[in-house]
Amino acid sequence: MTKPTDLETSVNGAESVLVAEKITKRFPGTIALDGVDFTVYAGAVNVLIGENGAGKSTLMKILAGVDRPTSGRLLLKGVPVEFKSTREAAQAGIGIIFQELNLYPNLSISENIFVARELTRNGVVQHRQQEQITAELLQRLEQPLKPGTLVRDLRMGQQQIVEIAKALSQNVRILIMDEPTSALTSAETEALFRIITDLKANGVAIIYISHKLEELLRIGDYVTILRDGKLAAAAPARSITVPWMIEKMVGRNVNAPRHRSSTVSKEDSPVLEIKNLTLPRVGSGFTLENVSLTLHRGEILAVFGLMGAGRTELFECLMGLHPEASGEIWLNGRQLRNETVRERIELGVMLVPEDRQRLGLVQKLSVAQNITLANLNRLVTWFWLSDRREAEEINRMIRSLAIKTHSPKQAITALSGGNQQKVVIAKSLLTQPQVLMLDEPTRGIDVGAKAEIFEIMNGLAEKGMAVLFVSSELPEMFTIPDRVIVLSKGKITGEFLHDELSEETLVLAAGARPQTEHPVPAAQTS
Amino acid sequence: MSAIASPATPTPPVGSKAFGLSLGVLLFRLRALIALFVLIGVFSLLTPAFFTQQNLIILVGQTAINAIMAVGMTFVILTGGIDLSVGSIVGFSAMMSGLLINRGVEIPPLGVVLYFNIPMVIVLCLFLGVLVGAFNGILITRFNVAPFIATLGTLYVARGAAQLSNDGATFPNLVGNPELGNTGFPILGAGSVLGIPIVIWIMVIFAAVAAFIAGKTPFGRQVYAVGGNERAAELSGIYVNRIKMSVYMMCGLCAAMTGLITASQLVAAHPAVGESYELNAIAAVVLGGTSLAGGRGTMWGTIVGALVIGVLTNGLVLLGVQEFWKKVITGLVIILAVVLDQLQERFQQRLALKRA
Repeated sequence: MTKPTDLETSVNGAESVLVAEKITKRFPGTIALDGVDFTVYAGAVNVLIGENGAGKSTLMKILAGVDRPTSGRLLLKGVPVEFKSTREAAQAGIGIIFQELNLYPNLSISENIFVARELTRNGVVQHRQQEQITAELLQRLEQPLKPGTLVRDLRMGQQQIVEIAKALSQNVRILIMDEPTSALTSAETEALFRIITDLKANGVAIIYISHKLEELLRIGDYVTILRDGKLAAAAPARSITVPWMIEKMVGRNVNAPRHRSSTVSKEDSPVLEIKNLTLPRVGSGFTLENVSLTLHRGEILAVFGLMGAGRTELFECLMGLHPEASGEIWLNGRQLRNETVRERIELGVMLVPEDRQRLGLVQKLSVAQNITLANLNRLVTWFWLSDRREAEEINRMIRSLAIKTHSPKQAITALSGGNQQKVVIAKSLLTQPQVLMLDEPTRGIDVGAKAEIFEIMNGLAEKGMAVLFVSSELPEMFTIPDRVIVLSKGKITGEFLHDELSEETLVLAAGARPQTEHPVPAAQTS
Repeated sequence: MSAIASPATPTPPVGSKAFGLSLGVLLFRLRALIALFVLIGVFSLLTPAFFTQQNLIILVGQTAINAIMAVGMTFVILTGGIDLSVGSIVGFSAMMSGLLINRGVEIPPLGVVLYFNIPMVIVLCLFLGVLVGAFNGILITRFNVAPFIATLGTLYVARGAAQLSNDGATFPNLVGNPELGNTGFPILGAGSVLGIPIVIWIMVIFAAVAAFIAGKTPFGRQVYAVGGNERAAELSGIYVNRIKMSVYMMCGLCAAMTGLITASQLVAAHPAVGESYELNAIAAVVLGGTSLAGGRGTMWGTIVGALVIGVLTNGLVLLGVQEFWKKVITGLVIILAVVLDQLQERFQQRLALKRA
């Protein structure tokens, strides 16, 4: 593939709607954006990529009127504009779907979609009309949800669909999507892509941010890459490759996660054995039905499945969060019955939850305090916490997991997503688990950090830990796991060793349509 | 773990803060302490009666009553809860001390009346305070009642119990009877050791122990974690309900101690004593920088907050400011504190967002 050299030559034909010129944004002590140029073309998917901290979100906040640039200007159809608020940006036809969901859990889907611009007649909200429009939007997104459902009762992926529906309802001319697919299943992603194609045909400019590089090549038209607040490269999507993008983003080559030569000995008795685990669903039916599996020391087992297949619930059962579940769970030949979360952690099971912000971290504590949170009792001398021993453990974890923080005392919220995830993993490792469960460990983190997380998991397995992880990203199944189990609607529908894996069979087993357009995962997948 | 190789990347300066900025943050965090010194300075200039040893001892003594309650309240607020019942526990504990000293405990089948010596009275009253706290805790953890509502209910129940204990009348003259061996109760409120009132010693001990628990023990760390993110705390193996039970019990203990001190100072137990004390305690906690949302705050901040209220009340009295104006000024100071608290929150969020 040829490396693009000059952007100007390749963009003839497309019409630019929004141009950001020499945008600089300073924060006290840092420069988030340093003279960045960014052009948005109408009727095209304008991809923006870069590692966490590269300045993508800052740039988007400036385009959407959340923040104002320190210097530089925005041209909307050639006319200089200045947005003082998101409302002004919205009036100019710019909509944004934030990476962090901005929904009201206590309101229904339709109320969320029409929040602050309710359809009223004589001052009375027209709920029925709102719900009808919402139903049509959801239909378009192929998501059969009732418009009256409370957002609180939706899964993460469904909430993201609602965010997308909300933006669609506003007739935007420029739509910014910040990692819209990070919580979507492949079927939901396909539906979103069809919507994007629709919008493009209607001349809407899409600005698309994602860490999923294959996805970007598939739907992207123009790619802009930021690194450390500067423009690293810009090129039409058809002329570039995934390795090229990674190189421009990271500024170095990232090795693909290696597959360990399996060290699993089937002769050993399994460390974890689940027999006929069944979890009834509220109402009727089952969230998990007769799930049985075994896990050996030093094995990496991946659980693949769509959102709602029962993957998270499987982990929750192992942590003892669902006392209503039936079936048997054996850990090292001991059956787990009514043990509390604490007792299970002490017996050697630990969970790295999917939702870092809600379940993994205590945002008000420091990096250090989060790392030792699950392990405080082991750091006690007499009856207080030993500062020295705590500091030792913290520094050991920060070093061994290469957590990037300038001090252990730093606020956890100041770390990038990947480093926050490493902190949650560090917390889990300090409990010395025998079975480590990771629920979507790479969600929302950048390429470099993903590779690091996988390498950490490899290292743990090599040391004899049994690692169990859930992912809805197909390419990840081909990387580090020794064995893949497919879960569909609460049942195990397939089990494959590393050598037996094929994309078709996995997707079929998961109950989704095979994605023929999806590129075969190659070494660059991370 | 050292075997885990990770792509070697140097640590980038993640939003490296300029020195001036962190100094600003520091001064902002210490605002309650700065406010305290400013107030002391201003009152010292305005009236010579303020900065005298005698007045300062009176001032700290007055503050101690509120500070002891506020210490317990801080634990509760750190978990994201609130305890509105402390004022009533003060009254209840005071009345119980009066009952135990003046009337003793009648044991009907034996036809005897049991009197306890003063240390026993104190222990029993503290225990009753812990029990009321446990009642709050059970309502909140077992029955999922919102802390505001649960403790509001207890506010009425405990106050009613205090009034019932002597049909709404005062237990006067709590000096005890030498024949019964229960004299000496007034020493608690009026005595001093090394020239410093016992009340102040109690405050110092309570504050020091509480600061130690909050800052140095696993329990303290867990309190912060529960207030910061309850579900993450639970998944980290923290017994969230146990922590919550404990903080309400500790809060009950602190309030009961306050009740004993007030009864001892007055040498009488009045059923209305402690009314609206809960608000003073909450005000001290908030002034000290503890977030009502939980998870952030310190014991020393609370003590400083209680001292700010104490200095303000005392100084305004010495200046002869009218009672009504005193209330207005105190209220404005509390509002200002909360506004600054919100500004700090926003400021810190902006710092966190600084990374793009």
